[in-house]
Amino acid sequence: MKYDLQPTLPPPANSTGLIGWLKRNLFSGPLNSLATLAILYFLAISVGPMLKWALIDADWIGDSREACSSGGACWVFITHRIDQFLYGFYPETEYWRIDTTFYIFAACIAWLVIDKTPYKGYVAAFTLFVFPVIGFYLMYGGGFGLDVVETHKWGGLSLTLILAVIGIVAAMPFGVILALGRRSDMPIVRSLSVIYIEFWRGVPLITVLFMASVMLPLFVSEEVSFDKLLRALIGIIMFQSAYMAEVVRGGLQAIPKGQYEAADALGLGYWKSMGFIILPQALKLMIPGIVNTFIALFKDTSLVLIIGLFDLLAIVQAALNDPEWLGYSTEGYIFVALVFWVFCFGMSQYSQGLEKRLQTGHNTR
Amino acid sequence: MSSNRPSSESPTKPDSTPRFWNDPDKRALIFQGLIVLALGAFILTVVSNTLHNLEQRGITTGFDFLSVEAGFGILQSLIPYSEADSYGRTFIVGLLNTVLVSFLGIIAATFLGFLIGVGRLSKNWLLAKICAVYVEIFRNIPLLLQIFFWYFAVLRTLPSPRQSFELFGGYLNVRGLYLPAPILEDGFGIVWTALIVGIVATWLFKRWADKKHDESGREYPVGLIALGLIVGLPLLVFFFAGAPVTMDYPALKGFNFRGGVTLIPELIALWLALTIYTAAFIAEIVRGGILAVPHGQLEAASALGLPRGRTLRFIIIPQALRVIIPPLTSQYLNLTKNSSLATAIGYPDLVSVFAGTTLNQTGQAIEVIFMTMAVYLTLSVLTSIFMNWYNSRSALIER
Repeated sequence: MKYDLQPTLPPPANSTGLIGWLKRNLFSGPLNSLATLAILYFLAISVGPMLKWALIDADWIGDSREACSSGGACWVFITHRIDQFLYGFYPETEYWRIDTTFYIFAACIAWLVIDKTPYKGYVAAFTLFVFPVIGFYLMYGGGFGLDVVETHKWGGLSLTLILAVIGIVAAMPFGVILALGRRSDMPIVRSLSVIYIEFWRGVPLITVLFMASVMLPLFVSEEVSFDKLLRALIGIIMFQSAYMAEVVRGGLQAIPKGQYEAADALGLGYWKSMGFIILPQALKLMIPGIVNTFIALFKDTSLVLIIGLFDLLAIVQAALNDPEWLGYSTEGYIFVALVFWVFCFGMSQYSQGLEKRLQTGHNTR
Repeated sequence: MSSNRPSSESPTKPDSTPRFWNDPDKRALIFQGLIVLALGAFILTVVSNTLHNLEQRGITTGFDFLSVEAGFGILQSLIPYSEADSYGRTFIVGLLNTVLVSFLGIIAATFLGFLIGVGRLSKNWLLAKICAVYVEIFRNIPLLLQIFFWYFAVLRTLPSPRQSFELFGGYLNVRGLYLPAPILEDGFGIVWTALIVGIVATWLFKRWADKKHDESGREYPVGLIALGLIVGLPLLVFFFAGAPVTMDYPALKGFNFRGGVTLIPELIALWLALTIYTAAFIAEIVRGGILAVPHGQLEAASALGLPRGRTLRFIIIPQALRVIIPPLTSQYLNLTKNSSLATAIGYPDLVSVFAGTTLNQTGQAIEVIFMTMAVYLTLSVLTSIFMNWYNSRSALIER
């Protein structure tokens, strides 16, 4: 007995390619088809006119509201004031100082984020320890022949970035100390850390900012006076260090117990085993968590408008009240939303990618 | 380094006790003593500075100001309030307004969040993508900006009362949303009684049906009977009693509407923004919770022959909820804390009324901020107590 295998038939035409995909994902049943059609209709009536308003009918160039005549969005409002939105009330001749600070910072971050760049450790140390000094002298001045620019002139996107970056970087060491304190064997140290962390995590940032701006001047002796920006920063750092401590604690808990025991077995003391064995491993695991807290902080910096600092949102809000430009609030808010969204979405994509990568590395144990 | 390592330099003292600065216990004791001292010194300095500064500014400390007449009006109050009332009452008014917006926000955000979270797992590609886009857009835009958008760009640009939009049988204009309000008449008490009877009867029937089911395996239509008892019975009584309810419709009188209930635009903007923002986070929690149920559980359910509805009710939802509820509670807490952004648009919540106006008028910064923070801290402690209780309970169910 002998038989030949018949050649396999190709799958039916309507189950492959574009048609197959449509059938599987959009029209797999009567209910699904109905839902798809309803959504398509909804998109057509909402997104279409929105795009027409925002892009096709919009006005982009000009220097007064007369330029906005075509009935769409008036982006002139943004383009006309973009300098103010980015730099606040910083003197125009000194914009290069903010630019330089930003470019150095961006270069450092790019170096750290991109894979396989050499000397990451040195660059990280530079970013953490040398860059803040350079940044301070560039932004504030008062040395190297640069004029002093008072902090009340700072504003716009640059102030938002300053608040967020300083907030997170300065909160980092406090967070590490608090997290170590929370996991310590010493009862007083542990309970103090827990009280500190839970206190700041339990109150809204806005009350913290109120406290920093109203109560901080009461706490110190009369001769010391704090800058408004510095007060906001102190509030943000105290608040943020509690959240940072929880991220660090998460990282510490993810380190297998064997690592602690191995460090003990080698006869390393507490600080050496933490510094050489535990923290270097834990820090790697913490990066996604740090980025996530940074995103939250970045969004929360907009609250400083309540205590009278002019971050990006506050400066746009102030511009909306300009009698010459009344009625363009939608454009203003969309611009701010877009800026925040680009930063936050970019960072969250990075942290998710990192999380995935770190997870595959960690499951092999 | 470690204190109990045998020291090679001093072989003459093989079992010497470590010197006291090398003994971990004593070191810990000394270290903690130093910390307590430093903290004490810090607190002492702060307290003495504060007392001195307060004296300089002529502010007396203490909570006496709470009984002083406030003298300012509040936009919205759930309890009777007038300018003649005390500062203490402004605290209660603000607190109740915070509770109101948080409660409304939690209900709406849970509903929307569950819809979007389940939608993201839909087999319909378009629906899943739209839900994903919703989540990515709204959780990456600051909440304050969203509040401003709804308040200044949407609600403040609505027409005046004379050109109001009609919406849900009410009117929407720049002054707020005016909705008809039901007014319960005398005979309505019997409807409440019927509702309570219905709920008790349903509970008794469910117990009986469960017992029968355990004994004989017979099924009773519990859902239908519950619907009849809880909804049908009160409705029946309601109509037999002659529908003892009248609706109070808002009507335009002069320049504004009167009657019905009014939602002020500040409340609507805050409610919308809190709902939309928090729903994005809740959607992610719900999606994560459903995905956390192992696929083997579904296969086991279908191997047992459970139909789809019962698989969902007895297998998926209980296990997903165990993952969902702890982060969900912390989102509720976040929403409540975020409602303090009300102060930016002037919704009279706790922070806006009490830590804002009252603080500015009295100058009692320390007492006011202390009381405000205490409210939020109490809430967060209660939440974490609940979460610990829930975690320990759901851990017991686990094998």
